[in-house]
Amino acid sequence: MSVRATATITDAMTLIDLANPTRFLSLTARLLPWLAAATAVLLLIGLYQSAMAPDDYQQGATVKIMFIHVPNAWLSMFVWGVMSLAALGTLVWRHPLADVAAKAAAPIGAAFTFLALVTGSLWGRPMWGTYWEWDARLTSVLILFLMYLGLIALWRAVEDPSRAARAAAILTLVGAINLPIIKFSVDWWNTLHQPASVMRIGGPTLDRAFLIPLLVMALAFSLLFITLHLAAMRNEILRRRVRALQLMQAAQVTQASRRSA
Amino acid sequence: MSLGPYATFIVTSYLLVTAVVLILIAWIVIDYRRQKQRLRDLEAGGVVRRSGPGAADLR
Amino acid sequence: MTALAALIRRDIRIALRVGGGALIGVLFFLTVVVLMPFAVGPDLALLTRLGPAILWLGALLASLLTLDRLFMADHEDGSLDLIVMSRIPLELTCAAKALAHWLAAGLPLIIATPILGLLLNLDAASTSAVALTLLAGTPALTFTGMIGAALAVTLHRGGLLLAVLVLPLSIPVLIFGVAASEAAITGPLPFGTPFSILCALSLISLVIGPFAAAASLRHGLD
Repeated sequence: MSVRATATITDAMTLIDLANPTRFLSLTARLLPWLAAATAVLLLIGLYQSAMAPDDYQQGATVKIMFIHVPNAWLSMFVWGVMSLAALGTLVWRHPLADVAAKAAAPIGAAFTFLALVTGSLWGRPMWGTYWEWDARLTSVLILFLMYLGLIALWRAVEDPSRAARAAAILTLVGAINLPIIKFSVDWWNTLHQPASVMRIGGPTLDRAFLIPLLVMALAFSLLFITLHLAAMRNEILRRRVRALQLMQAAQVTQASRRSA
Repeated sequence: MSLGPYATFIVTSYLLVTAVVLILIAWIVIDYRRQKQRLRDLEAGGVVRRSGPGAADLR
Repeated sequence: MTALAALIRRDIRIALRVGGGALIGVLFFLTVVVLMPFAVGPDLALLTRLGPAILWLGALLASLLTLDRLFMADHEDGSLDLIVMSRIPLELTCAAKALAHWLAAGLPLIIATPILGLLLNLDAASTSAVALTLLAGTPALTFTGMIGAALAVTLHRGGLLLAVLVLPLSIPVLIFGVAASEAAITGPLPFGTPFSILCALSLISLVIGPFAAAASLRHGLD
């Protein structure tokens, strides 16, 4: 292949071929085993503590659902926050790792939101007598789930990765408006879902016997997200390299056929 | 450990969470293997990146 | 300023032409409202209760239908690139196009509401309440919908993706629009509370919509 042809192709690839993703990949390769191990340990501790937690005076044993419902609910919002930061990285600094971080986080966040909705529904049936209720908190989390799905659809709809990243970044930032609405909806509208009992001014009102397992599970799920996210980012970087190589391969074939013609 | 009259709800919730987390892990691992395989195939086909052969390695 | 006025006039004129999409929106609105009694059954009392909701849902779907014309037509004939490159701030241009779209597609829906209210056995007071909430809420639908239209403009089958992106953002408008209508018709909530939230949503969208749409167009077209 001629030197000039190589140069033009590699100029186009330079943005993707930044040194940072390579360094990121080696860092991830070293960190992931430790993160995975720490996550597993914390999850096991949390599950044990949840099993050992006492029954609630009113709810009985169903309070144990709280230990998986609340961390998933927190994470569903936290992940959108992470994506919003990545979105700023994409739009303001055009950092390619920001693109990768945003795309990798979306399906994981959607999964957590789905789990929050489902565990909440299963908790609601014994607690309030209904699987679903159109109150402010549930509706805004359902809207959040729909927005995750729309975001994933947008990522898949645009062929060029950097164009997709910019479009997704704008949609992410617009959707970030939903986050404070979810958080404060239980305060603004006096509806079915209970008001905040942990993240509030004045400290948590939850009893220590429930608070400790909850916080351990929250930490475990957060570590789970970080582990999954880094692994997914690694996959995304590899996927982009595959794409770059495939484009180069197609260019090489064109070059070869042009030369032989 | 008695889970009370609503034991099905509690067990179902925990099982669902476990299932979804396992699916996420599986998807990420399978995707990783697939991308590595594709990179190996492309490098074997002679396509070379600017950083030279073996740049698809992660170390 | 005259450039923006010219843009608005041009957009309205195009939209009102046959195939321009504005009057099709009213036709779709009519179709949805007519379909509902077939689905729900001829129980007049039930239709009265559902009336505001049916009207709001029809207006939402009708405006969604006409939204992808907002930028697509200009993109197809190349004038969108000219608009993006012009000296007028793109945010103002987007706001002007959204205003034109609302005048051409949203206002006819509001004007059609009293007639359709008859089909749903709504009395004059209820219908005017719904029309008023639509007047306050359809700008929010248009201006937030514009964000989805801008994001999807370069995609071929962008229409469906646009609907998926825009619907979650439109849900609060729908909730408060119907709540305000219900409050006016039956009470016990005071009409002012949901209505002022509805107006607030519209006002916020008047700001966020153009900025997000302009950013999308800039990033999507280069």
